[in-house]
Amino acid sequence: MTKYYGWGLPYNASAYGAEIDRLIYVLHVFMILLFVGWFAFLLFTLFKFRSRPGHKAEYKHNHFKAPTYLEVGVALFEAVLLLGFSFPIARHVRALPPKGEAMEVRIVAEQFAWNVHYPGPDGVFGKTDIKLIGPANPLGLDRSDPAAKDDITAINQLHVPVNKPVIVRLSSKDVIHSFFLPVMRVKQDVIPGQNIPVWFQAKASGNFEIACAQLCGLGHYRMRGFFIVDEPDKFSAWLAKFAPKVAAPAPATAAAPVVPAV
Amino acid sequence: MSDNLIRYISKPHPVTGVTNAKLGIWCFLASEVMLFGALFSAYILLRTGASSWPRGSEILNVPLATLNTIILITSSVTMVMAWASLAMKEFSKYKRYMGATILLALAFLVVKSFEYGHKFEHHHFPATDTFYAIYFTLTGLHGLHVLGGVVVNTYFLFPGSRMWEHEPEQFMGRIECAGLYWHFVDLVWIFLFPVLYLL
Amino acid sequence: MSEQHHSHDLPFWRKYIFSVDHKVIGIQYGISGLLFLLFGFCLMMLMRWQLAYPGQPLPVLGNLFSEKFMVGGIMLPEFYNQLGAMHGTIMVFLGVVPLAVGGFGNYFVPLQIGAPDMAFPKLNMTSYWVYFMGGVTMIASFFVPQGTAQSGWTSYPPLADIATVGQTMWLIGMVFLITSSLLGSVNFIVTIVQLRADGLSFFRLPFFVWAQFVTSFLLLLAFPPLEAAGVLQLMDRVAGTSFFLPSGLVVAGKPLTVSGGGNPLLWQHLFWFLAHPEVYVLILPAMGIVAEIVACNTRKPIYGYKSMVYSIVFLGFMSFIVWAHHMFLTGMGSKMSAFFQITTMIISIPSVIILTALALSLWGGSIRFTTPMLFATAFLPMFGIGGLTGLPLGLTASDIPLHDTYYVIGHFHYVVAPGTIFALFAGIYHWYPKVTGRKMSEILGKIHFFFSLIFINGVFMPMFIMGLAGVSRRLYDPMQYAHAQPTQPLNVFISICAWSLGLAQIPFILNFFGSLIWGKKVDRNPWESTTLEWSAPSPPPHGNFDHVPQVYRGPYEYSVPGQKHDFWPQDMAQEN
Repeated sequence: MTKYYGWGLPYNASAYGAEIDRLIYVLHVFMILLFVGWFAFLLFTLFKFRSRPGHKAEYKHNHFKAPTYLEVGVALFEAVLLLGFSFPIARHVRALPPKGEAMEVRIVAEQFAWNVHYPGPDGVFGKTDIKLIGPANPLGLDRSDPAAKDDITAINQLHVPVNKPVIVRLSSKDVIHSFFLPVMRVKQDVIPGQNIPVWFQAKASGNFEIACAQLCGLGHYRMRGFFIVDEPDKFSAWLAKFAPKVAAPAPATAAAPVVPAV
Repeated sequence: MSDNLIRYISKPHPVTGVTNAKLGIWCFLASEVMLFGALFSAYILLRTGASSWPRGSEILNVPLATLNTIILITSSVTMVMAWASLAMKEFSKYKRYMGATILLALAFLVVKSFEYGHKFEHHHFPATDTFYAIYFTLTGLHGLHVLGGVVVNTYFLFPGSRMWEHEPEQFMGRIECAGLYWHFVDLVWIFLFPVLYLL
Repeated sequence: MSEQHHSHDLPFWRKYIFSVDHKVIGIQYGISGLLFLLFGFCLMMLMRWQLAYPGQPLPVLGNLFSEKFMVGGIMLPEFYNQLGAMHGTIMVFLGVVPLAVGGFGNYFVPLQIGAPDMAFPKLNMTSYWVYFMGGVTMIASFFVPQGTAQSGWTSYPPLADIATVGQTMWLIGMVFLITSSLLGSVNFIVTIVQLRADGLSFFRLPFFVWAQFVTSFLLLLAFPPLEAAGVLQLMDRVAGTSFFLPSGLVVAGKPLTVSGGGNPLLWQHLFWFLAHPEVYVLILPAMGIVAEIVACNTRKPIYGYKSMVYSIVFLGFMSFIVWAHHMFLTGMGSKMSAFFQITTMIISIPSVIILTALALSLWGGSIRFTTPMLFATAFLPMFGIGGLTGLPLGLTASDIPLHDTYYVIGHFHYVVAPGTIFALFAGIYHWYPKVTGRKMSEILGKIHFFFSLIFINGVFMPMFIMGLAGVSRRLYDPMQYAHAQPTQPLNVFISICAWSLGLAQIPFILNFFGSLIWGKKVDRNPWESTTLEWSAPSPPPHGNFDHVPQVYRGPYEYSVPGQKHDFWPQDMAQEN
């Protein structure tokens, strides 16, 4: 049984996760080496120049060249970090896969749940309307829309197939949340009024979790979802099981407080 | 007892060329630029992000605002004349011009209250939409600054003017600073007027 | 004018309460700041119980809290979130800045430049009392129904827009605090520019004064956008506007009946436009204090004084153009993110120059390990850790998994807690003799130092591990997420260190008050320092100096060859 979480970066199930992890690793090696060296020098200096009888301070001293070289080195290293690591990785992480290649899913966050919306076999997301939102229909899905008849909805569970790019289109009903998949190195703020896409490709199957990474109210700490990466046949089976059985449109209910599934 | 006193209250600093108060008011005005600048930036962000935005000239009362613009610019002129009167040591003229400045400022506020009242009568409030929200907030904050100026100028017209008798240079410096503040308030309106009412 | 002459016949309330003397005001700010630091620390100690033992009743103290906050001694999520928001707010705006700028700045800037007082003494007094009003408002907010602000010190809308009444009080409190800062910053700038003693050119200023000077520009220019944002959020909450509320929001199943059309990111831009320079407001005075103490206790000039001055000015300027590195994950485009990553990398350069110059100032010195010097020296590696750990956060790609985790909390606390606050302690030990005429106990000081150093590292170092593991900030109960469970033992360790850190402050508190009575009496210049404040009596009288000072040399003329003494005060005319 693979241990997913421990002390340090979580298990990496993401195709582009290794790039991010490598950058973090390189940074920490650099930071630790620089700090240890610098700190050792500091302790040495404090010892060597401690005040004692017969020892006087120097008023003037030579301009040290080493710190200038070090500073230039740090600046160059930062340039390398930007141009060689952060810019290309960010570009890769932002570049959505072409529409045909990726599986698309919508997630609408709310206090305190993740509403997951699959377009179904027709590949088109059905229309939603906030007037239709109710306890049985947290997405406000308009089942009278032909495109919505085959849409699949779930609460707090995101299933994806392994080794296939997935685009998640994020929005929020109420406040800012943040969609966080620790094992995928995916984190994206979910801003009300905006529709923000994020993509990833799982390279290993397993039962992982979704977390909320932006304070969203009293239930922020328990806004947990299941993130399940399945082999393709298991994934199709799950989709089939969750596909809507009845094609009738959901009646517009009077808005009542939604009790989120926790 | 120390003979060390605070310098450059009335006489300018030999290097900077300004008194403490003058440098102080310029610093304060810099912060005010940042304040109104932030609100103008908010206006830009909200307007560019909006699917539709009304033309100010269709909703707001341009003639009244034009009148207010003339009132405010005139009050800046009378403010300068008040200071100039002190420079020419004509204290009664100073009082007349300062009084005129205050009256003009009050007139501005009265006109503004008519404008607001008209909007409220027609059920247009800050909550109505983002255009009204930013309109009321920007002009409201500006109006508060006008009111603040009225309070300060009234102080300098009445109790504060006693300083002219024993510290004329320092008093003149104070009026100059009040004038700088007043010109700034005028300047903000000169930006507000076209941005909100005309564009 | 009259205030300058007749202080000795002022009534008590005008001499000590509504005083216009910068030294009295400095002490007022200093004491208030320290009390708020203690209060903010206590809020954190409560939070640490819930984090270490989630859902367990707090022994003894738990019974003191009403049902609004704790039920049966068990903390409610609303109280945890309130503690979090107010810990941050109080520490930053009521604690550190008032102590560092209002306290140390007010007391020592006029003295170090040879001035009799600040340029605008009445404005100075007003600044303090407006700050006081802000503090009262913030404390009072705990007692309104449903408690105080609970949307983080960052108050992001829409959450903050729809939050309980306490948030409105927070906004009002912030308006007071921002106004106080603005008035104060005008005073500092005019004082430093206009009231320097004859012979005190800019490049003869102690680095502490430069630091306060740049800090004042940051306060002057960066705070107004937050004031504007505060007004906008107040309008949203009280007048029903939608500056930060987009259309189509549904809260608890009901559509929100507002006009919509707003943008939550507008708040973030305005907030961080202040809050990034604000963090430099937190660190710059500390760097200034450390420079003073290092020069004095190494008995040699600061290395690279000119580079440090250019660096601090450049840092101040750069601090205005890095703010969106707090917003990397808000869906920003690649050009904007590239711009802010570049400026963030660039801003590290002046910080490193200043840190390096301070460290190199030790080389060739004759180092006295007094209590202030211990704290000042410890500042260097602690700030170093804080600065270094900013690097993964300042690069978008590595920020993705680390954003809003405990890594961030570890990063900024290293800079502010064993960074700034250690420097502030150093300043207290260093300048206590000037303010009171007595020295603090070295033994108690060293005990305070060693235990604080050990426990503060115990609190914040494990947070980097938790952050790498993905544990998010602001979690009332860390045990609900599987990825956060394995690091729970670290939470227990951190909490124990935090409570121990609290105990470690007891020697300081005893020392601070006890030395007023039992401290060794000293004369004007017990540390044999060169800067002008040490030429004044301890404590200085109204007007500060016996005569108008005249400055003849730079601020750090220690161990000058050919001089009899190893320090040559700035205002000493003759050979030493």
